[in-house]
Amino acid sequence: MSEIIAEFAGRIRHAEATKTPLRLSGGGSKDFYGGPLCGEMLDTRPYAGIVSYDATELVVTARCGTPLQQIEAALAAQGQMLAFEPPHFGAGATLGGAIAAGLSGPRRAAAGAARDFVLGVKLMDGRGEVMNFGGQVMKNVAGFDVSRLMVGALGTLGLLLEVSLKVLPRPAAEATLRLEAPQGRALDLMNGWAGRPLPISATCWEAGDDGEILTLRLSGAHAAVASACGLIGGERVADAEAFWHALREQRAAFFTGDMSLWRLSLPSVAPPLDLPGAQLIEWGGSQRWLNSGAPAEIVRSAAAKSGGHATLFRGRIEARGAGAFQDLPAPLMALQKKLKLAFDPAGILNPGRMNREF
Amino acid sequence: MAFGLSGEDRKDMGNQRDKPAPPAAIDITGVIAALRRILPREGLLLGDEEGRPYECDGLTAYRQLPLLVALPESEDQVVAVLRFCSEAKLPIVIRGAGTGLSGGATPVANGIVLSLAKFMRILEVDPLARTARVQPGVRNIAISEAAAGHGLYYAPDPSSQIACTIGGNIAENSGGVHCLKYGLTVHNVLRLRLALIDGEVIEIGGAALDSPGYDLLALLIGSEGMLGVVLEATVKLTPKPQLAQVVMASFADVVSAGNAVARIIAAGIIPAGLEMMDKAATAAVEDFVHAGYDLNAAAILLAESDGTPEEVAEEISAMRAVLEVSGATDIRVSTDEAERLRFWAGRKAAFPAVGRITPDYLCMDGTIPRKRVAEMLTRISELSDDYALRCANVFHAGDGNLHPLIMFDANVPGELDRATSFGAGILELSVEMGGTITGEHGVGIEKVKQMCVQFSAAELSQFHAVKAAFDPHALLNPGKAVPTPRRCSEYRLTGTPRAAP
Ligand SMILES: Cc1cc2nc3c(=O)[nH]c(=O)nc-3n(C[C@H](O)[C@H](O)[C@H](O)COP(=O)(O)OP(=O)(O)OC[C@H]3O[C@@H](n4cnc5c(N)ncnc54)[C@H](O)[C@@H]3O)c2cc1C
Repeated sequence: MSEIIAEFAGRIRHAEATKTPLRLSGGGSKDFYGGPLCGEMLDTRPYAGIVSYDATELVVTARCGTPLQQIEAALAAQGQMLAFEPPHFGAGATLGGAIAAGLSGPRRAAAGAARDFVLGVKLMDGRGEVMNFGGQVMKNVAGFDVSRLMVGALGTLGLLLEVSLKVLPRPAAEATLRLEAPQGRALDLMNGWAGRPLPISATCWEAGDDGEILTLRLSGAHAAVASACGLIGGERVADAEAFWHALREQRAAFFTGDMSLWRLSLPSVAPPLDLPGAQLIEWGGSQRWLNSGAPAEIVRSAAAKSGGHATLFRGRIEARGAGAFQDLPAPLMALQKKLKLAFDPAGILNPGRMNREF
Repeated sequence: MAFGLSGEDRKDMGNQRDKPAPPAAIDITGVIAALRRILPREGLLLGDEEGRPYECDGLTAYRQLPLLVALPESEDQVVAVLRFCSEAKLPIVIRGAGTGLSGGATPVANGIVLSLAKFMRILEVDPLARTARVQPGVRNIAISEAAAGHGLYYAPDPSSQIACTIGGNIAENSGGVHCLKYGLTVHNVLRLRLALIDGEVIEIGGAALDSPGYDLLALLIGSEGMLGVVLEATVKLTPKPQLAQVVMASFADVVSAGNAVARIIAAGIIPAGLEMMDKAATAAVEDFVHAGYDLNAAAILLAESDGTPEEVAEEISAMRAVLEVSGATDIRVSTDEAERLRFWAGRKAAFPAVGRITPDYLCMDGTIPRKRVAEMLTRISELSDDYALRCANVFHAGDGNLHPLIMFDANVPGELDRATSFGAGILELSVEMGGTITGEHGVGIEKVKQMCVQFSAAELSQFHAVKAAFDPHALLNPGKAVPTPRRCSEYRLTGTPRAAP
């Protein structure tokens, strides 16, 4: 494995010296996400394998090129899981890519996001220097929290070599319910329930052929799930696992539309948005997907007005000019740029992927 | 106006106790005049007498009078103070309630203390969104009190919660006895309003669950007052469980208690809290709070379950089974809320309780893999013999976060040094066992040397680069948290005495 690290370091040092951009890539399953790809490919997949996994410690450490599937299978064998349910978006998804993209699945509102489960990373910065931050223990405040800073940075601050994640036991019981509710009512219900001690682990609202449906998943102890089912009502969904999987992987019918797919991250209590196109709501109201041909400014200003932001998740060519992520206010932008330079002074790691300016 | 800050003074702010007065280059009258124009009369504390209450935080072994203390009461005043200091290159130590245990709020001789004590307002509680918007000087427990009427609370509950501020919690990424299930501060804060050293005010995070750009929220939380001044925070509120019950289990030896912790987790249980105390700790506590602890036990475990009544019953019986096979000599389950609170009251009062039986104590904060808790306890007791100093152990066992309390008397020549070396030994053992020198109290001035053990030169210089992105002249909390390479090479040369002196 050390030869692979040496090779990565050689590539990065050479890129730094010659100021040639590098494109860090795992399985390529999230190539669509973020800004345009640019630079010579550095394939992280050779650096693969689970470094350590001890179920009683609730920690797994694996190399960046490890297939996400392999990690999930190892955890499942011990009755554990990645509680943030990372979307794969393709069979080849790697751990490094999942953490760099920082995306989380249906359980996010209840369990936390990818960043909440990252305990430590080993990374290689834009100078080819290998460094460790955080660690393999639950609590660690020594030094700045560089490991969490890497989550969602799309590889622009460093090549993630190894990641340590907190894992959780799989819930003893799960049940999925569906009920009819128009959007406004669904938002009220989801927010109301979230303020009570109910074991809701995922929500999804959508207006489909069979009406406006709110689907929710309950996870926890048998007794807790049973009593919550009684309280919430609705009908039980039979093939629930497939439903949540299709939602996470964006294989559900909603995601097959041919318009641009926007991800709006809003306060959960934001009222229904009046935007052209179809919407699907997750995370108790905090994540709203929009399939729409509306111009970027309209979508972004609606998101901002509601107290959130909009990401052009899968963009049609005509919307691409807008940039994947909502612009930052100038002082924040300046700070982010300084941070980028602190990790990658030559600006060679995935330039443009995270931000149009660097 | 510029104030000289000689290289010499920069270098060793970690240990200023015996240092001479501030460098002559500081035009103190000029500073006072400038700050008087910014702050109300009572917002400026001058001289030894007024500065005395600020000379240390919870790490009382280290004291240093600041040049002066600024107590702004509005955002504009904070910004003006920052602008002035930034221009004058005058160091600033931000301060909440001063309960920190690593010297994060210990003043520096040539700088001011910026206290957020006047920022005590809870600006908004939104029960539907389950958030509270608060000023930084709001006490941790006040948030839960304000939310209680809605059946909500703020989950991270440091034992100091009646005194410590949310600003301090954010700076330290504080935890509490319920963090195993409900997360640390970093998992429970959505947004910060932050003043940078040059007076620029920025918003980080927001009312949504994420925001574009790098995750500065994660970076800021736990940054020990080194990157900016928290002016406001939006925190998450959690629904109060219907029921909570705590199991108290006694063990005849610490090793079985440590192993029981790993077994509970292995059984797929994440208790709402999982704490351990050794005999020295329970004895001190029992005298103080009368929590009803088993004084014959070598160690006790407190394991909490919360949820619906059915869920709690299910989990408690599962935990009971694990505790029994792990060799618990006695198991008690709280029968009502009053008893549950009494069991916890003992744990939460552990530090002050130990404080009563010793003139001084140092509280360590290493975190190690759970499976090595028992081994660590054995090593600590050996060190305790070596250094001839008593040590009581209070653990966030579920997280592997240890708080050995080293007892000493600073008035006995050499005892502070011995206690410090004992502590350093524990921290270095934590690193050796695959853990960290600090789980929740921060590095501050206390553990700045051990940072050299945990991090390489490249890693440390990366921390400095992050710091410089926010605070290029290193004015916020200078000399704390991240050692200079030079300090590390000195430390590595001298090392820590492992054997008894
Ligand atoms: C008896 C006792 C029990 C404790 N129990 C626990 C526990 O269970 N868990 C735990 O985690 N800690 C515990 N602590 C440690 C301490 O209470 C926490 O670290 C707490 O968060 C400090 O808050 P404070 O308001 O007192 O901050 P201070 O001590 O005043 O400051 C701490 C740090 O925060 C910075 N700071 C303060 N306010 C701001 C702001 N507005 N913006 C930027 N930086 C700021 C300061 O510069 C300093 O670096 C305990 C302490 C005591 C004395």
